[in-house]
Amino acid sequence: MRTVIRGAGLSVRVYPRALIVGVLLLLAALAVALVNLTTGDFPVPVADVLRSLAGKGDAGTDFIVYELRLPRVLVTLLVGAALGASGAVFQSLTRNPLGSPDFIGLTTGAASGALIVMLIAGGGGAQVGAGAIVGCVITAVVVYLLAFRRGVQPFRLVLMGIGVSALLEALNSYLIYRARLNEAIAAQVWLIGSVNGRGWTEVVIAAVTVVLLLPTVVYFGRHLKLLALGDEMAVLHGVPVERSRAILALAAVGLSAGATAAAGPIAFVALAAPPLAARLSRSPSAGILPAAMMGAALLSAGDWAAQNTLPDVDMPVGIITAALGGVYLTWLLFRERGARR
Amino acid sequence: MERTLTAVIAAPPSSPHQKRAQRRWIGFVAAVAVLFVVIALSIAIGSRTIAFSTVWQVLWHSDNSAESAIVHDLRLPRTLLGIGVGAALGLAGTVMQALTRNPLAEPGLLGVNMGASTAVVTAIAFLGVTTASGYVWFAFVGAALTSAAVFALGGAGRHPTPERQILAGVSITAVLGAVVWVVLVLRREAFDRYRHWDVGSFSDRDAGTVLRILPFLVVGIVLALVLGRQLNALSLGDDSAKSVGAHPVRIRALGLLSVTLLCGAATAAAGPIWFLGLAVPYAARMIVGSDYRWILAYAVILGPALLLGADVLGRVLVIPAELPVGVVTAFLGAPLFIALCRRRRLSSL
Repeated sequence: MRTVIRGAGLSVRVYPRALIVGVLLLLAALAVALVNLTTGDFPVPVADVLRSLAGKGDAGTDFIVYELRLPRVLVTLLVGAALGASGAVFQSLTRNPLGSPDFIGLTTGAASGALIVMLIAGGGGAQVGAGAIVGCVITAVVVYLLAFRRGVQPFRLVLMGIGVSALLEALNSYLIYRARLNEAIAAQVWLIGSVNGRGWTEVVIAAVTVVLLLPTVVYFGRHLKLLALGDEMAVLHGVPVERSRAILALAAVGLSAGATAAAGPIAFVALAAPPLAARLSRSPSAGILPAAMMGAALLSAGDWAAQNTLPDVDMPVGIITAALGGVYLTWLLFRERGARR
Repeated sequence: MERTLTAVIAAPPSSPHQKRAQRRWIGFVAAVAVLFVVIALSIAIGSRTIAFSTVWQVLWHSDNSAESAIVHDLRLPRTLLGIGVGAALGLAGTVMQALTRNPLAEPGLLGVNMGASTAVVTAIAFLGVTTASGYVWFAFVGAALTSAAVFALGGAGRHPTPERQILAGVSITAVLGAVVWVVLVLRREAFDRYRHWDVGSFSDRDAGTVLRILPFLVVGIVLALVLGRQLNALSLGDDSAKSVGAHPVRIRALGLLSVTLLCGAATAAAGPIWFLGLAVPYAARMIVGSDYRWILAYAVILGPALLLGADVLGRVLVIPAELPVGVVTAFLGAPLFIALCRRRRLSSL
């Protein structure tokens, strides 16, 4: 179902259900984010949080909200959105529900880049983020080149990703093995993916990523449906196939790299968000924006669970997403097996 | 029944078959020779340079010198552990490939080693298990549960593809990874022990380690070797296997038992080591073809040779530090995996 709105030289197709789902998911994400602002070691009532956000709060509440909780909440929302969008693009491009950045080895590559900066060069903060982005982009290029053989076969891309990940994981565990214990623990926590203790630096990294790349992805994402019909069909409909695909892939790598730079390699949000959004909007493939909103909602909820599951322990959110995502993936494989019988 | 099986599996001797048999024997002798060379290197090479003649002398005539202590207390146990773990993982990989008929099956990739690790980590952190002989039992439970789960998820369908099994393994590894992280976040003190074990290494294992896992290794190895002919029958497909008098269900159960014993023992002793179970059957198959009796026999020799070779390489590459053997095998094995996957079509076994 769709509605076309035509104006002066511009027409926009609107899918009402996808739009509604997207808006609802956005509201859900914001609601969870608000809850996250109120909970913590020192509970703040919703009214005080809202007053503080409006710039009328008292100094104590302002400190808690702006210095401690808001960066974390914003990073969660932005990273979730970036991961969801990146996953949606990769899954459409590879025509495979498993074609998420986790499986193409991108997150492991980003982790290797960050670990090299952390444990060998001794950098921190923004340098770690830069290392993650460089590692992610290099890995993306390597995996793509390895998978390229008279065209890129989606499944081969996933397998190459697994192979390259295994290699990089060996490197990562060696880097952790040779480090001093304190640094090793810090590195391991970073590797799990966490939004704990994130400051405004990370907010800026994530915000720049999302603001620059999400519109790009959405703009070129209109070609995804035609690309999914096959290259010939897409060319017939006037889609510049190679250029669209290259731009989309690069932007999605960028989204995933930026997200990893800000929060570490958070597993499975990119894998699970797009199909869940698609399921809600009852369309075969999710739009990019609903997937992004789903990512934001999922990660916020995950962070809430990470903070509140165990008393006195602030778990990295990556643990929650990995556990839930792994269960989801297992279910996916199980269902596919049943479907083919 | 028994005679039919033999008649189908063992083809009548003819000239090309004799040639192949000859090639198999020559290859086997060569592999044994390589293994002995690698064992010698493993005993002779280390962070402390000892002349080969001295090593040879103290090896047979133990005295109170430092060299003797190094050879007997450090290098000899390490080498024996390498032989045991190498044989175990090589055989486990071969049996898994035969059971799943998947040329990519491997204890590391299918998550069995990760299952063993998860159980061990849980034991370290929550149940206060500190001895390696205690680890072994948890490693068995973990390995058995995961291999059953992976087979159920990725292998039991009517047309299981090799790739799907790998994905089942990877997804199980991801879930288990999350479990391990929870444990490590909750118990910081267990993390230090874990990171040295997780990397896959022989370096700080004492002499008792190999003795403790020895009984399990022996049972697992014997079981795997005895299964050779049954695995050949299974490679024909379940229906044909039944028609030549084999029992697929029984073969799978025994194979699973042997994989569990081998992976559990190897992982408890050395930590998760990837890709050895992939490379060993691959190399063996290149020399001997598709007869599992031969592939298994080769795996017993090639596994230790490759693993010890990787260990020696790890000691030499970054002197004076050393690379853990798990890192070396991953760096050697991952390219092989990538090369195998790059082939146009993966032939199912």
